[in-house]
Amino acid sequence: MLTSVELNALRLSLQIALVAVIASLPFAVAVAWLLARRTFVGKTLLDAIVFLPLVLPPVVIGYFLLVLLGTKGPIGGWLYETFGVRLIFTRWGAAVAAAVMSFPLMVRSIRLALEAVDRGLEFAARTLGASRFDVFFSVTLPLMLPGIVTGSIVAFATALGDFGATITFVGNVEGETQTLSLAIYSLTQTPDGDAAALRLVVISLVLALGALFVSEMLARRVRRMLGRA
Amino acid sequence: MSERLRIDAAKQLGAFAFACDLDLPLSGLTAIFGASGAGKSTLINLVAGLYQPDRGRIVVGSTVFFDAAGGIRLPVERRGLGYVFQDARLFPHLSVRSNLDYGRRRANRRGDGAAVAFDAVVELLALGALLERRPHTLSGGEKQRVALGRALLAQPRLLLMDEPLASLDAARKAEILPYVERLRDEFAIPILYVSHSLDEVLRLATALVLVDAGRVVTAGSISDVLLDESVRPFLAAAEPGSLVFGVVESHDDRYQLSTLACDQFQLRVPRIDLAVGTEVRLRIPAREVALALARPSDVSITNRIEGSIESLGTQGVGHAAHALVKVRVGASTTLVVTITRESVERLALVPGLRVWCLIKSVVLDAGALVLARGRAAQRVSAQMPANDARA
Repeated sequence: MLTSVELNALRLSLQIALVAVIASLPFAVAVAWLLARRTFVGKTLLDAIVFLPLVLPPVVIGYFLLVLLGTKGPIGGWLYETFGVRLIFTRWGAAVAAAVMSFPLMVRSIRLALEAVDRGLEFAARTLGASRFDVFFSVTLPLMLPGIVTGSIVAFATALGDFGATITFVGNVEGETQTLSLAIYSLTQTPDGDAAALRLVVISLVLALGALFVSEMLARRVRRMLGRA
Repeated sequence: MSERLRIDAAKQLGAFAFACDLDLPLSGLTAIFGASGAGKSTLINLVAGLYQPDRGRIVVGSTVFFDAAGGIRLPVERRGLGYVFQDARLFPHLSVRSNLDYGRRRANRRGDGAAVAFDAVVELLALGALLERRPHTLSGGEKQRVALGRALLAQPRLLLMDEPLASLDAARKAEILPYVERLRDEFAIPILYVSHSLDEVLRLATALVLVDAGRVVTAGSISDVLLDESVRPFLAAAEPGSLVFGVVESHDDRYQLSTLACDQFQLRVPRIDLAVGTEVRLRIPAREVALALARPSDVSITNRIEGSIESLGTQGVGHAAHALVKVRVGASTTLVVTITRESVERLALVPGLRVWCLIKSVVLDAGALVLARGRAAQRVSAQMPANDARA
């Protein structure tokens, strides 16, 4: 049904998006918590930096990543020299680009969920003998679950669809960084590639709708579990 | 037994200043009573650790909760509390069983003994049928019962209750009150109980702290505080009613009634388990009294007392339709009566007029029970099914 090239692009896209979401989730929860619950010097700056990918052209983000994480960049160079890890032109790099692009949406969704958590319940938990740390994992986090689920799925869909940051940072290497979006782009640049591009477009469409459907289903299930249905 | 609860603290919350210096016995149920915004919740939350006092010292038994001078701020979770909130605050993502277990498991982990057993609490609060349910499927009364159980099972050295019945309707209140009484009597855990309902306080409290405008007006055992003249205006403001003193005169086994001799009249109430000769204090809510111009003979109400109108007014009534009538019914007793202003006009009530007071129900004052308990052991209070004697 699907050609091996199409299958590869699909598998790669899913892989990259999944890694991006899973790896950035703990950071997103931490940043959302900082922004929702703490006051500190530089909070506005952190808020702005987190949301930059939403307002900057993706290509600019890709350029920043290239400068910072390239093998000659301050962070990328250190990674390469100490661990031999190269992000540029690899699927890991593509995951980093996808994570950065989807991070703001994930943080926003988790932060909203966190702000909706009843502080009274947290205080009740503390009177029952739970430390702040304990309260976070036994009360706050479970109550944030709907926001974490929807945030992750939206982030997953965004990661799946990124084009600008990915192509700028890790290029368009078939079998390594050529995700669905990049493959569609390449096909439209090839004579007689339209039909093949259309097939990939349909796959993208199915994926996006599937993600939304799963998100809705999960969110409903979690809400029912919490008695908010 | 002789442990004390010492709260010497001050706290500024925005424009509201609170300060107190309390020394209370760490036993029984201490009611913190006052109007809304008087500072009742502030007081209890200083003990709980939601607020840190600006200065002072809070010591519960031998444990220092807070000491500004010594730099001691015991974290909330290490104060060994059970806190029952007005809104039950059950964890929505956990079953009733897991809610009950939340504090218990953590107390076990700390090695605080399991003096309060799971099964005993489930039985006391009749939670057996609710264990596997989710909080959102429970009624308000059921939620509050689970909250009581959850707090008890945290093995607290002090139970805090912040208007636990305030969000319930009258029927649910009547459903929960006996549980609070049993909890007070069957577990030797001291309770701080915030309330603005005089009926609740009279029924439950063994000691009383009266709070007004961020200050403690008076504090002490319930019988002492209620006799304090300076307290009267606060009690009256809470809910109009009269305080009547009496002695148990006789019991009627056939109809299960008791006769109380008060001032120059008698009251018949459903049989109370107190020995003849026991002093009792009764509260007659103003809304439970009706007035008649002639001696009524064809009504079901047994308690009919003649008196003369002392004054008429509208101060302290909850609704613009109502008027407050004071009727002198004995040498030292005045009954306060709430009727509509329309009735005042229809009956042409004026000071000096002779009227009959029809008393629908009286509330037996918990102070009387305290006195009785001292003499006739705790058995008496356990046998009292309800203090709300429908007369």
